[in-house]
Amino acid sequence: MRPLQPVSPGAKVALGISFFVLFFAVWAFATLGGYVSKTFLADPITMVRSGFDLLVNQGFGFDIGMTVWRVLGGFFIAAIFAIPIGILMGAYKPIEALLEPFVSFARYLPASAFIPLLILWAGIGEAQKLAVIFIGSFFQLILMIAVSVGNTRRDLVEAAYTLGAKDSGVVTRVLLPSASPELAEILRMVLGWAWTYVIVAELIGASNGIGHMITDSQALMATDQIIFGIIVIGLIGLVTDIAFKTFNRWLFPWARLS
Amino acid sequence: MALSVGTFKLIMSILQISQVSKTFSTHGAVTQALTATDLSVDENDFITILGPSGCGKSTLLRMVAGLDTPSSGEIKLEGVQVTGPGADRGMVFQSYTLFPWLNVLENVCFGLREKGLPLAEQHDIAHKFLKQVGLQDFANHFPKQLSGGMQQRTALARALANNPRILLMDEPFGALDHQTRELMQELLQDIWQSERKTVLFVTHDIDEAIFMGNRVMVMSARPGRIKCDLPIELPYPRHYSVKTSPAFSELKARLTEEIRIEVRRASGLS
Repeated sequence: MRPLQPVSPGAKVALGISFFVLFFAVWAFATLGGYVSKTFLADPITMVRSGFDLLVNQGFGFDIGMTVWRVLGGFFIAAIFAIPIGILMGAYKPIEALLEPFVSFARYLPASAFIPLLILWAGIGEAQKLAVIFIGSFFQLILMIAVSVGNTRRDLVEAAYTLGAKDSGVVTRVLLPSASPELAEILRMVLGWAWTYVIVAELIGASNGIGHMITDSQALMATDQIIFGIIVIGLIGLVTDIAFKTFNRWLFPWARLS
Repeated sequence: MALSVGTFKLIMSILQISQVSKTFSTHGAVTQALTATDLSVDENDFITILGPSGCGKSTLLRMVAGLDTPSSGEIKLEGVQVTGPGADRGMVFQSYTLFPWLNVLENVCFGLREKGLPLAEQHDIAHKFLKQVGLQDFANHFPKQLSGGMQQRTALARALANNPRILLMDEPFGALDHQTRELMQELLQDIWQSERKTVLFVTHDIDEAIFMGNRVMVMSARPGRIKCDLPIELPYPRHYSVKTSPAFSELKARLTEEIRIEVRRASGLS
């Protein structure tokens, strides 16, 4: 092992999987071996069993669907507003000067702290869930997109001008394509954060969703179900992450050439 | 270049730089990059601007391109004052400025598309210039798949495709290795002759300045000014062997001395 030395693709996959195996092995050893009380931590086998029960008999699939819908819905609304605003801020410095201080402030407002207010404003329906995710991702997106667009190589912009490009051409034909791979990365990252907000939103005042199932299980001390719920979130996160990465690579082949 | 037609001598100046100066102020400190400078460029001139780093030669070129604004004086291209960048002044930069998300062909078409030409026409023009720089087989490559020399050839084709009145080159071969640079010099000279372009070429390489230019402008250390305007009488087309000729050596000796004084002055050694 030497610093920065790459590993072969096969070894990379094997190492990645082996840590999952190790994790489950330690967990199984601690719980099945009787070192940890079942009340505090269910063993993996019980977890899988009750997970199966949740999915087949208790309609947990619907909860998963609701949660995914909320994340994607809230995130989508945040993105369609944040992308143009972020691009304008990155491209035009007066707009940046106008909005940047406020957005920087707003992104530190914790989305979860808005939940009581949002319940007051929007009730405990879907609008409130979407609003939490929107607040959590909107300001982050704007700021990160603005920085990315603003970091466009100046020499590329100058080259475009000397080739006869007008201001609008510079925005659409240089700033945008130049920032798009990073923009896609930003969307991927912030979508990951949106998952945290949705669960928090569902912990309070929800009648379905993964977060709701977790609160219900807490009342029953069903740690097996709680853990299953958490693992489902992790798996969905992992899958969307890989899908997003693959999609980005396919969309921007030029960005990974080196 | 002065064109002699019988007994008439037609001087066609296409670019006039009159009393152009540039001062930068950063954090209250004012730096004079260029003192009032005059330069008249004739049609089909190949002018090389030679000077030590920081002498304002790139600043001068950037002001002609419209990327920087003169602090005083004016620049006129065919009698029209330069107020900003435009397609009539093509530029090749020292850094690799191909758009990484476009392939070679699309890069060369960038300015043509901006002009609103139909796609078929864009491709015709682009292919012609790609052929001229020897990259017809690389049209579908992305910039990162090309060597530095190939990237600069594409950048040259991209600038030429726009059919600019004047070609501005800011140390375009500065980042290339010596052998590639020499090939690029010959290639550019061929294109200059066949396309009958006017070129303003900034360099700090004395050999390159003499080999390429019909006039060499030597610039002084900061604050920059043109301290000598030396016509290079070597006949075109210039073969690379001219670099070992006595006439070349004589010019080189003279320019080396001129530059040496400036470099010493710039580095505070004089």
